[in-house]
Amino acid sequence: MYRYDEFDQAFVAQRVDQFRDQVARRIDGELSEDEFKPLRLMNGLYLQLHAYMLRVAIPYGVLSARQMRRLAHIARTYDRGYGHFTTRQNIQFNWPKLAEVPDLLAELAEVEMHAIQTSGNCIRNVTADPLAGVAPDEIEDPRVHAEIIRQWSTLHPEFAFLPRKFKIAVTGAPNDRAVTRGHDIGLRMHRDGDGRPGFEVMVGGGQGRTPILAKTIRPFLPAADLLSYLEAILRVYNQLGRRDNIYKARIKILVEQVGVEAFAEMVEAEWRNIRHGELHLPAEELARIAAYFAPPAYEKLPDHCLALEAARAADPGFASWLDSNVEAHKQPGYAVVTISLKPHGGIPGDATAEQMEAVADLAAHYSFGEIRVTYKQNLVLADVRKADLHELWLGLRLDDLATANAGLVSDIIACPGLDYCNLANARSIPIAQEIGRRFRDIEREHGIGPVTVNVSGCINACAHHHMANIGILGVDKKGSEAYQITLGGRATEDAAIGAIIGPAVAGDQVADAVETIVDVYLAGRRSGEAFIDTYRRTGPEPFKEKLYATA
Amino acid sequence: MPLLRHGAIVEDEWTRVADASGLADPLPIIVPHDLWLAHRDRLLGRTQPLGLHLPAGQSPETLAEDIQRFSLIAVAFPKFTDGRGFSYGRLLRERLGYRRELRAVGQVLRDQFAFILRCGFDSFEIADADDPADWLAAAAAISDWYQPGSDGRPTIQRRRAHDTGRAFAWQAAVGSAKSRLPLRRSTGAAAH
Repeated sequence: MYRYDEFDQAFVAQRVDQFRDQVARRIDGELSEDEFKPLRLMNGLYLQLHAYMLRVAIPYGVLSARQMRRLAHIARTYDRGYGHFTTRQNIQFNWPKLAEVPDLLAELAEVEMHAIQTSGNCIRNVTADPLAGVAPDEIEDPRVHAEIIRQWSTLHPEFAFLPRKFKIAVTGAPNDRAVTRGHDIGLRMHRDGDGRPGFEVMVGGGQGRTPILAKTIRPFLPAADLLSYLEAILRVYNQLGRRDNIYKARIKILVEQVGVEAFAEMVEAEWRNIRHGELHLPAEELARIAAYFAPPAYEKLPDHCLALEAARAADPGFASWLDSNVEAHKQPGYAVVTISLKPHGGIPGDATAEQMEAVADLAAHYSFGEIRVTYKQNLVLADVRKADLHELWLGLRLDDLATANAGLVSDIIACPGLDYCNLANARSIPIAQEIGRRFRDIEREHGIGPVTVNVSGCINACAHHHMANIGILGVDKKGSEAYQITLGGRATEDAAIGAIIGPAVAGDQVADAVETIVDVYLAGRRSGEAFIDTYRRTGPEPFKEKLYATA
Repeated sequence: MPLLRHGAIVEDEWTRVADASGLADPLPIIVPHDLWLAHRDRLLGRTQPLGLHLPAGQSPETLAEDIQRFSLIAVAFPKFTDGRGFSYGRLLRERLGYRRELRAVGQVLRDQFAFILRCGFDSFEIADADDPADWLAAAAAISDWYQPGSDGRPTIQRRRAHDTGRAFAWQAAVGSAKSRLPLRRSTGAAAH
């Protein structure tokens, strides 16, 4: 993984000092909340319903075991013993005290971490495929480019006060695990005719009250031109994005208003002016960054592992976990493990300090000391020897980290909702918990197969419900919480926005509704069809009919 | 409002005119953009210093070669959250070749000072209550940056490649504050 050099380290240290000064001025009253707000937001500090919330950047979701231990320490020292992993591969702490935040940031800086640009109207922490570097379908490791974007976007002087927040996601594989079309800019790697890697550039995706999928403005951009092209997009957006209405300020609205062709032409015109400037990436710089992401020292192993197969045969619980939580690795004899942060009835994405420490220890022991955070609010150990999988599973079980539900109905993405967030209309955590409890029978869950369920507590759609197979949106219906259900969304390479299936239902009916939807699928599915395949074949009618039959 | 230029509070010799009646003023004047468009020919014949006020939403690129006629361009920041002026600054300096005074007017916070210097600005209206020393300290809070900007400072990438020793427009911009900032060797060759 990337390691800070003296420049990166000095930078974060200075940034901590700067924020310490700003916090002191806020506490003194020299800065009003209005003036402090953009400053704290650029350091990831929100003011929520009950307390400040600090969002810590985990660049493209990659953490070392040492960093994970520090996050555990922070959860214990500055919070109430837990943290919440987010869809943007970050972690949030819900209870820090303002006066202590500078110390917290100083502790992060010691382990090469910070909270810069995890909020505010600036370029947010860049996200990437959590299986970067290990996925068999990958063209090249996208973390190299994500790191280059991270550095370029960090305190960019021109783009610190954009019309609205700006999110960039990168994938190096044809199977999209980074939701690239759901971002302001999505970058998807391809090779040109000569085999050189570059990116398809997609612009204007986003969730919120106007869900839009990003559109391709350039089918292939040479990797060396990445930063100049991003700068051109941002420069056009910074000048022309709407600033009069917060709900129309994202780049997706600008792209819709001027049209994707006209927008692309503006970007290309700007780019022609700067393409050959200092942002052009020399091959040496790409190689220098790529060296940080060189594969670990894999052993030469046969791909088939007898010990693994013996354990699989002996233990059905382990076998289930292998089926749902373990994926193929490009290196023979190794596997990719998803650690579910979705115990049935638990809070999606939450991890206690003890769990974080357990994951750090297991990563150090079994996966070259590295951990990934996923878009789905789970963790990944990316480089586990197949022969170690059983031991790892036993270790994970000790801390309730071995739920065999990755990619299944209880692997729910949920935002903090009304339990924490001052934007929410409704609670999302209890809804997710109830659905999780409903599907706690692992055999049944595995029988249902892959399906995505996302629960957002308001139209800002932090849980990406628009792009879920089954999306649940909390709304305020005459003062009480109600939930709208959408079906047919997808967050993969064939991304789609879900459609509302009918009137909103009460909170205590959501889990019933999900069960009904699943039952309609089970009754109607053909051999080999996942939920989304059946839905695409039948359309919404059978679901609608059953859901609202008695209404 | 006090004017901070090249690191010190200075007397502002410029007058902002609101309408055509002020155009005959023999002192240096700053003319609003719409007035400039309406009276361009007359103003081009003016011998006294001429400044232009560029409102937010008005790209400097439409000014083209007229740029060189101005001894000062004042870019509006109607709110500190309105970041369009940052792009205008870089376009003026890096695209349009404007070299004279570039002033930020309106609401700019000292916490934005480092950004705005990097975007090519060299004079600033600051609030009456502000201590210029605080502004200069804010400018020096971050010593190295990842991105190229209008100030010619070498990026962290360049410094990693041991390419130091350039002249920095930013040193001139913060003027007497230089001694408070990390000094670097100057060769006199402007970056870009």
